[in-house]
Amino acid sequence: MTEISCSDVSYEYPDGVRALNGVDLVIRAGERVAIVGQNGSGKTTLVRHFNGLLRPTEGRVLVGEMDTRTSRIARLASLVGLAFQDPDRQIFSGSVEAEVAFGARNVGLRAADLEASVSGALESVGLGDERKTNPYDLGYSRRKLLTIASVLAMRTPVVVLDEPTTGQDARGVATVEQILERLTAERRTVVAISHDMRFVAEAFGRVVVMREGRIVIDGSPAEVFAEERWPVLRSTNLEPPYAAVAGAKLGLGSTPTDRSVVNALVARSGSVG
Amino acid sequence: MLTLEAVSYRYAGASGKSLRDIDLSLSEGEVVGVVGASEAGKSTLALVVSGLAPRSIGGALEGRLLIDGEDVLGQPMHAMAAVVGICFQNPHTQLSQVADTVFEEVAFGPLNLGIDRLDVISRVTEALDGLGIVDLAERDPRRLSGGQMQLVAVAGLLAMRPRHLVLDEPTAQLDPEGKELVAQALLRLAGSGTAMLICEHDTDLLARLCSRVVALDGGTIAHSGATAEFLADPRLVELGVQPPGRVRLRRALESAGLQVDLPT
Repeated sequence: MTEISCSDVSYEYPDGVRALNGVDLVIRAGERVAIVGQNGSGKTTLVRHFNGLLRPTEGRVLVGEMDTRTSRIARLASLVGLAFQDPDRQIFSGSVEAEVAFGARNVGLRAADLEASVSGALESVGLGDERKTNPYDLGYSRRKLLTIASVLAMRTPVVVLDEPTTGQDARGVATVEQILERLTAERRTVVAISHDMRFVAEAFGRVVVMREGRIVIDGSPAEVFAEERWPVLRSTNLEPPYAAVAGAKLGLGSTPTDRSVVNALVARSGSVG
Repeated sequence: MLTLEAVSYRYAGASGKSLRDIDLSLSEGEVVGVVGASEAGKSTLALVVSGLAPRSIGGALEGRLLIDGEDVLGQPMHAMAAVVGICFQNPHTQLSQVADTVFEEVAFGPLNLGIDRLDVISRVTEALDGLGIVDLAERDPRRLSGGQMQLVAVAGLLAMRPRHLVLDEPTAQLDPEGKELVAQALLRLAGSGTAMLICEHDTDLLARLCSRVVALDGGTIAHSGATAEFLADPRLVELGVQPPGRVRLRRALESAGLQVDLPT
């Protein structure tokens, strides 16, 4: 099983911008972790360390047993798949199926395995009927789903998704949630960056909050979105999901999801009646 | 005043129309939201309203696009750009790619409109300040985070002070504070008379900004109405639209048989 471990990681871009500032973070195999925080807080920079696209200026990132500073990126890519925030920086093939097959072939899948992996990935994002389509004939939201499919097809033990629900309609968000469920059922590790606090609260077991290149909160949605944390959330430009706000005003404690509000109200009416 | 009359549009090489029989008008200072599932036609509508479709991307347009009662379909793109601004879904598309600093990037649009340099400087400063990104002024726009780049793209539009503005998911990559700053800046712009069309999945944002919302489905207007009632309409879910957080929670409570007054 592949664990990701960051020890005192700092990163400075060539133009001098210091995007990470002493990050300590361990993501255990099979965990599902959301990374949130204000624009420019270092979220994307951090996850690009997980597959060796960036290497720490200071500190160390271990993927399984491998130190990313001394490991070949091809080897890291077979362990950690990363779907970019901007699909147009990732897509380059002339057809949907070629796009999805590219990464999978690069990590060594061939013949029937490759075909099964490509069709499985395309089905799971709802692009099974678009195999021959040019990716740029798809709208933005489906190009985004295509980049997710490309990563799924690589069958990496760790899957990293940078803002997977951006530009998705309700059905697209539901598709992403189903993909997360399946990845967890397959015991794969999932890390996702998101600004959608409702999605984060409903679909993740652990939430890591970043501000100015550091981790400022790390816990379950109920812990992270509890009322006493709101000042810290607001200091990194985040607002708790509506359910958490409503729950606090109704005196229900920390209720980050619609379901937890319903459950708390049912429990309260049960204890009263 | 911007008006679409019976507008249909087909992309070059496409077999079917992506928009069909759209009638829509925007009055001075009015902010109208557009919702709908992916590929319902929202981005296409943005391209048509801005004049880029068919001028820049080809395709075939039927119907009329009127500004202040005058049919503008025959006008060249530079004339359109002076009266209708567009904010693209992907901020990478928006950047000029020729500016080396955020300040120059934001100045690019108004300078191209031929606006006096001193006026441009004050407009740029005001736009950066309004979006809380003054500290990015000297940064390379191509080396920003996705969200920062989106704020810079919006700042460039604010500095142009267009009379009409169409925005395609202007806050998709923004944190809630960034969204709030964009919302406030857009409301100020609307207050000064700019008419806006905002294509957006985030119905909480639309609830804050728009007086009216239209829903697209398969390239046609399926429903439209005043924002509050419209966003509470159960038919939206069938169209692939996520209702605002308060509406969702109220439905979850109702289906559990609970009656609770929810805070706003």
